[in-house]
Amino acid sequence: MSKRATREAFGATLIELVADGVDVVAVEADLSKSTTTAKFQAVHPSRFFNVGIAEQNMIGTAAGLAVAGKVAFTGSFAVFATGRAYDQVRNTVCYSDLDVKLAPTHSGITVGPDGGSHQMVEDLALMRVLPGMRVLVPADFNAARAALILAAETPGPFYVRLGRAAVPEIYDASTEFELGKAYVLREGSDVTLAACGVMVTEALQAAELLAKDGIRAEVIDVMSIKPIDIETITGSVAKTGAIVTCEEHSVIGGLGSAVAELLGEYVPAPLARVGVKDVFGTSGDPAALMAHFGLTSEDIARAARGVVERR
Amino acid sequence: MDQTSMVTRIDEKARQMRLDIVEMITAAGSGHPGGSLSAADIVATLYFGGVLKHDPERPDWPERDRFVLSKGHAAPVLYAALAEAGYFDREHLTTLRQLGSILQGHPDRKKTPGVEVSTGSLGQGLSIANGIALGLRAEQNPASVYVLLGDGELQEGQVWEAAMFAAHNHLDNVIAIVDNNGLQIDGACADVMHLGEIAEKMDAFGWAVFSVDGHDPVALLDAFEKVSEVDGMPVAIICKTIKGKGVSFMEGNADWHGRAPNEEEHTCALDDLGCATGNEETANV
Ligand SMILES: Cc1ncc(C[n+]2csc(CCOP(=O)(O)OP(=O)(O)O)c2C)c(N)n1
Ligand SMILES: [Mg+2]
Repeated sequence: MSKRATREAFGATLIELVADGVDVVAVEADLSKSTTTAKFQAVHPSRFFNVGIAEQNMIGTAAGLAVAGKVAFTGSFAVFATGRAYDQVRNTVCYSDLDVKLAPTHSGITVGPDGGSHQMVEDLALMRVLPGMRVLVPADFNAARAALILAAETPGPFYVRLGRAAVPEIYDASTEFELGKAYVLREGSDVTLAACGVMVTEALQAAELLAKDGIRAEVIDVMSIKPIDIETITGSVAKTGAIVTCEEHSVIGGLGSAVAELLGEYVPAPLARVGVKDVFGTSGDPAALMAHFGLTSEDIARAARGVVERR
Repeated sequence: MDQTSMVTRIDEKARQMRLDIVEMITAAGSGHPGGSLSAADIVATLYFGGVLKHDPERPDWPERDRFVLSKGHAAPVLYAALAEAGYFDREHLTTLRQLGSILQGHPDRKKTPGVEVSTGSLGQGLSIANGIALGLRAEQNPASVYVLLGDGELQEGQVWEAAMFAAHNHLDNVIAIVDNNGLQIDGACADVMHLGEIAEKMDAFGWAVFSVDGHDPVALLDAFEKVSEVDGMPVAIICKTIKGKGVSFMEGNADWHGRAPNEEEHTCALDDLGCATGNEETANV
């Protein structure tokens, strides 16, 4: 199975969008090679703007380009694009409801050896709470492409969370996403595994592990954290009676919190949140860090057995 | 110590630090050699040229001068200096960036003795230095605060907010050192986002400015000495440097900002640094 990082879809998809007639521009903050916006720059130099190491200026400039009628994508790393420029994202992009599409890379702990300062595990929380912001977390290269196209073609602010690490492919090249839809990748009746991003692969592997114990897990890719697919998630929980959320993000404020809100309002059921447990990241290689932070398929399977018992 | 022996000592320490930088980044398989090597002579002068008042035995000695590595990605140069000074055992160096290491990819004050404050998000160090300086002044503590910034880093607006603040508050206990290697990640600073004349800008912001060759310990020592003559204003030392200095194929090459040498490159790098690997002809290709 081929492995590619979701970030690799960034520059390539922007080129595709321009070919399809979308008036796309990209604003970068000195990380064009890492985010792959350099590929877009190489083909469309007049549509690419590098502000240097100045993330607040990056978001503000993108906002202006959107006011001028462009569909403005921004680069940089997740930690800087959201955290450093938060007020620009809130008070300019979202408050004015502009066509700015944040698609930073290097989200989560799979950033690896750069360590805690660079491993962003609070971005979904920060972005999800903003009125008007739509939050997408693609699981593989083709999903990232589909998410970027959806963001470009839907008016208003978007956050598309991209990663550094190469991940196995789940979706095929013709994949298209619908706003606000979650995708059931495996059906089951005993427990729901709701995952996003790199954790979708882990959840699918966990379902295999659980099958060996006779537990039939339903795996849902919650690609759209906001708007969230209430029907698919609550419908699944109504059937299985228990759910585990799986995310490469803090257990506070991201997918786990979003699902907990749904359960509380619609279908109270046992829930376990697999994610980073309210701590910062640390240096290490991605695989070692996944184990260190309890984000592997085994961790998910263990959590699933736990919620099944509590049903 | 007379100046000649001091300069010899700084040169020796800088060479050892460069070797350590190459060794630890190679062992880690990732990291930032370019900006670590460009700052080696500056950091060696601070730690081993009698500039920074510090005591490795007492990392929390209240009267120590503070050093803030605002360009946190150059952590290896700081770790090399701290190990050489004796803040921790040299054996830690090759654990850089590994799970459980005291040496994180970017400086982490919770893990590494001698690291004053955690950095890695660019543009924040000068504000931090100002805050420390205000605190010291309030306590009538005579210590100074040295902060090392990258030139690309100066593109962050916060740096200029802090530059204004330091001058406004007459923080003459703040010394900002700029590693002016002319490169950032996406290429030359002049191509990515032109900074103009850094010295003139700092001067316009109300700073005392010295411009020196950042690889010349004599010039560096001289500039640090002049700092004590400045009264009532913060001091900026703009150091002209070469990114990747000391390793021929890294010098002046933005591609070596954030990548580890492979085995062959590692051998060439050690050769360049005068570490005998059997081949007298250095790999100046
Ligand atoms: C706020 C922030 N934005 C982006 C980065 C990513 N980054 C790390 S190093 C670097 C380039 C730094 O260039 P410069 O300041 O000139 O450092 P040097 O040349 O001395 O390595 C960038 C953009 C970061 N660490 N922090
Ligand atoms: Mg530089």
